[in-house]
Amino acid sequence: MSYPANVKIIQVPCSGRVDILHLLKAIEDGADGVYVAGCLEGECHYLTGNLKAKKRVRYVKRVLGEIGIEPERVEMFNLSSGQGPRFAEIAREMVERIQKLGPSPVRVKKAA
Amino acid sequence: MIVADRKPLEEILEMIKDANKILLVGCKGCVTVCNVGGTKEVGILASSLKIARKKEGRPLEVDEKTLERQCDPEYVEQIRKSVDQYDAVISMACGVGPQFLSEAYPQQRFLPAVNTTFFGGAVQHGVWSERCAGCGTCVIHFFDGMCPIARCSKSLLHGPCGGSSGGKCEISKEVDCVWDMIVRKKMEQGRLADLATLKPAKDWRTARDGGPRKSVREELVQ
Amino acid sequence: MNDLKSGSNLEKVLKAGHFAFTGECGPPKGANVVHLKEKIAHLKGVVDAVNVTDNQTAVVRMSSWAASTIMLHEGVEPNFQMVCRDRNRLAMMSDILGVYAMGVRNMLCLSGDHQRFGNHPEAKNVYDIDSIQLIALVKKMRDEGKFLNDEVIDVPPRIFIGAAANPFAEPFEFRVHRLALKIAAGADFIQTQCIYNMDRFRAFMKRVVDLGLHEKCYILAGVTPMKSVGMAQYMAKQVPGMDVPDSVIARLKGAGKGKAAEEGIKFAIEQIHEFKEMEGVAGVHFMAIEWEHRVAEIAKQAGVLPRPKVD
Repeated sequence: MSYPANVKIIQVPCSGRVDILHLLKAIEDGADGVYVAGCLEGECHYLTGNLKAKKRVRYVKRVLGEIGIEPERVEMFNLSSGQGPRFAEIAREMVERIQKLGPSPVRVKKAA
Repeated sequence: MIVADRKPLEEILEMIKDANKILLVGCKGCVTVCNVGGTKEVGILASSLKIARKKEGRPLEVDEKTLERQCDPEYVEQIRKSVDQYDAVISMACGVGPQFLSEAYPQQRFLPAVNTTFFGGAVQHGVWSERCAGCGTCVIHFFDGMCPIARCSKSLLHGPCGGSSGGKCEISKEVDCVWDMIVRKKMEQGRLADLATLKPAKDWRTARDGGPRKSVREELVQ
Repeated sequence: MNDLKSGSNLEKVLKAGHFAFTGECGPPKGANVVHLKEKIAHLKGVVDAVNVTDNQTAVVRMSSWAASTIMLHEGVEPNFQMVCRDRNRLAMMSDILGVYAMGVRNMLCLSGDHQRFGNHPEAKNVYDIDSIQLIALVKKMRDEGKFLNDEVIDVPPRIFIGAAANPFAEPFEFRVHRLALKIAAGADFIQTQCIYNMDRFRAFMKRVVDLGLHEKCYILAGVTPMKSVGMAQYMAKQVPGMDVPDSVIARLKGAGKGKAAEEGIKFAIEQIHEFKEMEGVAGVHFMAIEWEHRVAEIAKQAGVLPRPKVD
């Protein structure tokens, strides 16, 4: 299974481990986009971790919106650990989305 | 505890538009309990402000510190050595914090990151509700443990008014009618006669209406 | 109730045992005295006294004290309304003395809709005292001749004190108790919220009579004719504390297109006839806001004209 090389994967024991600050720091440090891949709703190994992640992603989208950065740069996806092809599909989908949006405004220096 | 909500980022950015290096000070008191100004929220705000300023092409340097409380001089002292190196300092504490900091460090600029709202408690995880208006003359014992001054939109002492509907206040379905609750409790407990007496007009002198207040424990003052 | 408390026309009519008939008039959203006088003219001679509302629904209008004095000049007796939302006790006592000095004799003490509803929701909330404390305050000023702080008043106001009652608000079982409290505080007369559920109102009045409240205070039943099916549906769903039975809505619908208003008037007239015979009911408070020009004909059909003249 292959997925685009522009995606850097950070593994966590549960999507519920992902904090708001992790997502913000990724954007702050120049990531053009960041997404969370968690288990299908109702199938979280830790019961509600993926629901917590969903709410945090939503929060970060709001913050980005307040700052004037496209909320679509951050996203939540749900899939089962057995869905290899879907994993690749999500990666491609997100990369395509980010390519359309262009580089993150954080990286693009405004003309002085 | 004291509950507050974070100001919109736009407003905070406007406050610090002339600053390049700031200190963000959180508080481990009430604002930590209502998840708006503790260590975590300081980190989130710091990152958000840095992202916004990077986008503008005018990077912002942010230092983060969380004090035990900002309403006690001994904790406010803890930033004495570093406070002068910043263009501005944002306090995430309730309205008391930035004021105490301003008094301790008159040469520095202190900005509030939150809008302080009410005295309340958590009714469920993530939701806080107003319970006390700080009127200075507590009367909840007359109303079976409920406060009509804080919880009735009209602060009635002989409610409910004609607008109470379905147990909710006329101003919004999100607001419980405290008088509906008081009356029902009195009826259930067989104490309806308590509500048949005329309560005298409230003495608002002990509330903020009487002017800014002070509390003194004589036995502690040195 | 031997000596007259205020000497107002309304008081005299009620004391003499006549079935009272009061009306209502909202002041203009400006200083449009011409329009106000037109509305007053429609009600002259048709009702015993006219309620003058006080920034009703928290929408700013000419003050009720000013509209009341204009009404007096036109030869119509006002029921000056004061709400607790906009004035503290100082302003209240001051205004009570002022309106009395200008000739006002009847006053209604009300809570007032919260300013969130109105056109200036940003305003500071007053609610220094509540409506029941206001009733007690006016009584103290009149009967003891003292201000709230017990200082003596230099010529006390002799006001006929009114209040509102909503038999349909919740908790339903408590409404009679709240009415009793208003009467104990000093209410001389009560006007109820407009009634559509006659069964429920009859049950309410039965309890009122059982407690003997009707002997301590004159109770006027509120009547507002429905102008349309839409109005009935709106009031049933959107107005807190309003009870509009489905049967009433059905009746208006059944009247046919364009005939709902006439049916609404018919219903109101039937109500007035029933209230005349209902034990404990001393009169009707007829609210036909912005329909003042039709009150005379309705009053005639309801058999309440001519209004009694009592010395």
